[in-house]
Amino acid sequence: MLEITNLNKTFFPGTVNERKALREIDLTLAEGDFVTVIGSNGAGKSTVLNMVAGKLYPDSGNVRIDGQDVTKLADFKRAKYLGRVFQDPMAGTAPSMTIEENLALALGRGKVRALALGVTNRKRELFVEELASLELGLEKRLKTKVGLLSGGQRQALSLLMATLTGPKILLLDEHTAALDPQRAALVTRLTREIVERHRLTTLMVTHNMEQALALGTRLIMMHDGQIILDLSQAEKEKMTVKGLLGEFEKIKGAQLDDRTMLQ
Amino acid sequence: MITAVELGLIYAIMALGVYLTFRILDFPDLTVDGSFTTGAATASILIVNGTNPLVATVCAFFAGAAAGVITGLLHTKGNIDGLLAGILTMIGLYSINLRIMGKANVPLLGEDTLMSPLRANGWLGSWVSVALLLLLCLVAVAVIVWFLHTDVGMAMRSTGDNPEMIRSFGVSTDNQKILGLALSNGLVAFSGALIAQFQGYADIGMGIGIILIGLASVIVGQAIFSQRYIWLAAIAVVFGAVIYRLVIQFALGAGLEVNDMKLISAVLVVLALVLPQVGVFRKLAARIQITSRGTAKADAPEEEEKQNA
Repeated sequence: MLEITNLNKTFFPGTVNERKALREIDLTLAEGDFVTVIGSNGAGKSTVLNMVAGKLYPDSGNVRIDGQDVTKLADFKRAKYLGRVFQDPMAGTAPSMTIEENLALALGRGKVRALALGVTNRKRELFVEELASLELGLEKRLKTKVGLLSGGQRQALSLLMATLTGPKILLLDEHTAALDPQRAALVTRLTREIVERHRLTTLMVTHNMEQALALGTRLIMMHDGQIILDLSQAEKEKMTVKGLLGEFEKIKGAQLDDRTMLQ
Repeated sequence: MITAVELGLIYAIMALGVYLTFRILDFPDLTVDGSFTTGAATASILIVNGTNPLVATVCAFFAGAAAGVITGLLHTKGNIDGLLAGILTMIGLYSINLRIMGKANVPLLGEDTLMSPLRANGWLGSWVSVALLLLLCLVAVAVIVWFLHTDVGMAMRSTGDNPEMIRSFGVSTDNQKILGLALSNGLVAFSGALIAQFQGYADIGMGIGIILIGLASVIVGQAIFSQRYIWLAAIAVVFGAVIYRLVIQFALGAGLEVNDMKLISAVLVVLALVLPQVGVFRKLAARIQITSRGTAKADAPEEEEKQNA
């Protein structure tokens, strides 16, 4: 479903700040894969995500979605294949528009937007049904402006909007990181339910190792622009946070040794 | 007094255009000063050459829309800052407007204009013309409010509200900005064409400072009315435009000259922007907000409860 081949990206090339963000990344997600990506700051997790989303373009390499090469496609053009939830709960919704209007915007993904009324009674029925599945009572507040909702509510709504039209790939960019533990748990639970219900191919970046182990069917660890660990579902189920940290230290240590040797 | 209301209602259509860019798209568009004259020039020269005044006025709309597209392209494809893109188009339009008119002033005396029937029946300066112009404004408001609730109109609103988000739902924010600027400047030019027919001439300098009148109308109107619903905000703009003309009328009656009008406009905008920050007026505004909440649906207090729970 998602095929990333030989992806390279260097920020600020030719300057003292030159930084290789990605080094020949290869990653293939089969249909229905739910991959969690962990790694330290600057490991390249978000860079990979942004390249799939079309926010960044690689120096070399390819991104394919469902067989189609989208490497150079503008973000809004590939948006018909991609659902995205951002880290900032304020980023995924339009604050001065109502809940039903936001959902109508989401429903328009991949369609031609013309002069038909945005919110109709038929759409409203769908929205009520979908909102009810969040169990936050939002279905009774269709005409409330989204800016009045709390961060957790907005992030739950963002998640619903991103998945409303059943995108080919769902991209989650540390989407629970800015929430308090309680709301984070809620959004994590909703994520699991929604992904399972729609069988979405998902790429989720997170800082939270527990969350990375609890969610998904596959786990990837990145460091210094490379994928250093790729655990299948079976391996992942046996893994613990402590084990992950151990792996990380081991691989990081080995790499550092290699580097030191080269120098 | 009635003439001030008539003028206010015609300028209200321009102010609705300014509302589209400033409030909906969050884009400070200065093209307006040029495109207002473009509308007046286009309609006037067509009328002088024997075109049906209605057709001429519609053509003015499209001439203004074209100007808006230029600003939009400069900003989105040329990556020029929005303010500068508007200024560039505005300056360029000065020459284009002179080219359209052929001279600095085109008189419409004795020509058949949209105002001729009003004049012939002696309705100008009476409540009949006020009623007709108000009807025109309400039609414009209705069309704008309807448009902003269509799929494409909602995409435009979200472009001003959260561009990053709406791009992730497959909308080209560039195209939305260009479309919004086109509609906005189309309305502005339409208003310019009506003003030219109302006052009986088009003049190269008639657009100078128009942006301030538009801004003053939007800000004054929304200081008085709530922005809770789009239709209310749009009607507020119309009222703002009329109030603005009445203030000008009052200032002229108090002994200021026509030449002082630009200064009055500037001072009015400054007052409308600064006064709400002053303590006394802030309290007053808060009180107005509370009463308007009481009459409207009271879901804001409920909001706080939910947040606290």
